[in-house]
Amino acid sequence: MDVNFTAEEKAFREEVRNFLEEKYPEDIAHKMNNGIEPDAEDFVRWQKILFEQGWIAPNWPVEYGGTGWSPVQKYIFSMEMARYNTPRLIPFGLSMVGPVIYTFGNDAQKERFLPDILESNVWWCQGYSEPGAGSDLASLKTRADRDGDEFVINGTKTWTTMGQHADWIFLLARTSQDTARRQEGISFILCDMKTPGVTVKPIITIEGGHEVNEVHFEDVRVPAENLVGEEGKGWTYGKVLLQHERTNIADVARSQYRLERLKALARSGIRGGEPLIGDWSFRRKLAEADIALKALEYTDLRTLAAVAVGKAPGPESSILKIRGTELQQLIDTLFMEAAGYYAIPFVPDQYQVGFDESHYVGEGAETRSSLVYFNNRKASIYGGSNEIQRNIVAKHVLGL
Amino acid sequence: MDFSISEEQSLLQDSVAKFIDNDYGFEQRMKHSESDLGYSADNWREFAELGWTAVPFAEEDGGLDGGPVELMLIMEQFGRGLVVEPYLASIVLAGGALRRSASDEQKAEWLAPLIEGTKTGAFAYLEPQSRYGLSDVTLTAKRDGDEYVLNGRKGVVLNGAGADVLVVSTRTAGDRKDENGLSLFVLAADTAGVQRRGYATVDGQKGAEIVFDDVRVPAAQLLGDEGKAWPVIESVIQEATLAICAEAVGIMEKLNHKTLEYTKSRVQFGVPIAAFQALQHRMVEMFMLYEQTKSLLLWAVMAQESGDAEEARRAVSAIKYQVGTAGRQVGEEAVQLHGGMGVTWELDVAHYFKRLTVIDTLFGNADHHVERYAGLM
Repeated sequence: MDVNFTAEEKAFREEVRNFLEEKYPEDIAHKMNNGIEPDAEDFVRWQKILFEQGWIAPNWPVEYGGTGWSPVQKYIFSMEMARYNTPRLIPFGLSMVGPVIYTFGNDAQKERFLPDILESNVWWCQGYSEPGAGSDLASLKTRADRDGDEFVINGTKTWTTMGQHADWIFLLARTSQDTARRQEGISFILCDMKTPGVTVKPIITIEGGHEVNEVHFEDVRVPAENLVGEEGKGWTYGKVLLQHERTNIADVARSQYRLERLKALARSGIRGGEPLIGDWSFRRKLAEADIALKALEYTDLRTLAAVAVGKAPGPESSILKIRGTELQQLIDTLFMEAAGYYAIPFVPDQYQVGFDESHYVGEGAETRSSLVYFNNRKASIYGGSNEIQRNIVAKHVLGL
Repeated sequence: MDFSISEEQSLLQDSVAKFIDNDYGFEQRMKHSESDLGYSADNWREFAELGWTAVPFAEEDGGLDGGPVELMLIMEQFGRGLVVEPYLASIVLAGGALRRSASDEQKAEWLAPLIEGTKTGAFAYLEPQSRYGLSDVTLTAKRDGDEYVLNGRKGVVLNGAGADVLVVSTRTAGDRKDENGLSLFVLAADTAGVQRRGYATVDGQKGAEIVFDDVRVPAAQLLGDEGKAWPVIESVIQEATLAICAEAVGIMEKLNHKTLEYTKSRVQFGVPIAAFQALQHRMVEMFMLYEQTKSLLLWAVMAQESGDAEEARRAVSAIKYQVGTAGRQVGEEAVQLHGGMGVTWELDVAHYFKRLTVIDTLFGNADHHVERYAGLM
């Protein structure tokens, strides 16, 4: 047993660090480090820099633009990205529809869509959930009725993250109504958001932000060539998509970064007060979070080590989503507790544009702490709620 | 990055696992546990024959040069089998103290019989008042010519009544809690003035209160330099802590397995109770607690092996905290999910639970170790 990186892996880490030192834009770093939400242009600019470097899609097969990295290299890359606190990559094109297209799409679709995903020329969003289909996704009702060379789409999709910026949407819709199993008759369809009949309505979330949307489809006519794979097999494709990127799902590196920041904050005297680390009950919570994060890190590493030698991830990997999100939310809570009274001010416009120097009330991350806390209650709900995850572990790991 | 074990390590693991699965039935274990000795002398001989009692010692001392990984592999299996033989007391604690501090002559006289399994040892490091403070030592050792005279009391000494060899921590200088001024002695348990009151412990093992009343020990039985025993004590306890954490991981695995089996076979309301989601989610929680504990154990073992003392201290406190908290939860849940049977003496689950509970207290409980961790964080 040995947890160290090899010399080649260390050299690779150095290469990643050098790249981040040189190419990660300072203005985006400033926003990220001061609790200011990057805007759509920031995300795209950063992703284009990664594309230029050839590092935008480490998980893709090399033939479609992947890096050909080993699992350990991918791990190192994500660790370093988190250490530099870079914005998350918008996942809808790169991690979701892209892999579905290169796995199940035809050559014309690959040529048409994949380059723009890699270059971040086209912003994708996801049309899965519906007002009546959340955890029970197979009960979705959106219809895509064949009419000559077109599908006619009617229905409503919801929780569409960043749909307001999107150029295209991929959606699951019913192409036949009378199937033996509800999971059958669902198709995976690509739709240009500018098509007549598509309307996007904002949903304002608990902290006052506009991140998610409802997307309405009213007699939206989509060319039949936008169907991916076989008609009626969309459920299978959708499931493949949900299983993608198993190893990084816990986002351990980002939680480590945040916890280190929280420790530094607790050791400093916030606004001239006593260092919070001197408060035993807070210090204990920090220590407990730190230990839980170590446990998650080593669970992640165990999964990674298995994948690196060509094995399937072991049963331990199934806990990553649940524990990863629980831990993110714990750190959210501790940041808010660390802020004390300064978790109370609510300044929605400044939540978007940031506090200027004269308005600082402490660490940026601290001033936004309650907003992050409220917003991130979503983490244990999206992508299959943690209760659904427990059902999955019960069934597939424990055999219940 | 490599979490796999070597071929030799794998053979060791298989040999212990095979013994536990084939030759260590629960009913036998209970019979041995309830005997005067508290374990099976035959088993102990077999442990020695198979080389397990030699694992953590250097080759020149008659050992097999095993490290933290080997110790983990053995103790995990001992946890699965709920082993009562005094491996922790005699090999890890007493043997560990001798390994680190004894001269070659002392090793030949005192350590060799422990490794060969012809004698067992105990490490008397704890006093009634000291709780988890390892340097809280009041038992005095005063030089008198070629001898030291020991006076004081040691408490909850594991294998204390059955041991042939005692290693005892004493104060030769300094104040009650000072780390300086601690000295270790090795002596035969039947030395004049040693009074032992043995008892069973709640987890089916054996302990003892030991009073030292003008016990005269030759100066040649002082281990290492006078007054300088603190690093040895700390190091022995750290390794022993890691060992019982590995044991706890084996216990948690066993409890989860037994709970799954039971809920799949126990029928109520016309269905196996495993069909109930309220129970399923609790078993998923138990599974996650086990996996996280296993992950921290691997961190601690690798940290211990790396030689980075600071990292090893942190990691051992992390896993001990985890074993205290997650272990208790898994133990209590296993009992709960077994229903009324879970609180009977007859069912093995109850005894695994009790051992986990004792492990939390040994060498400092979860509260103690999370505070220690916070100080090292």
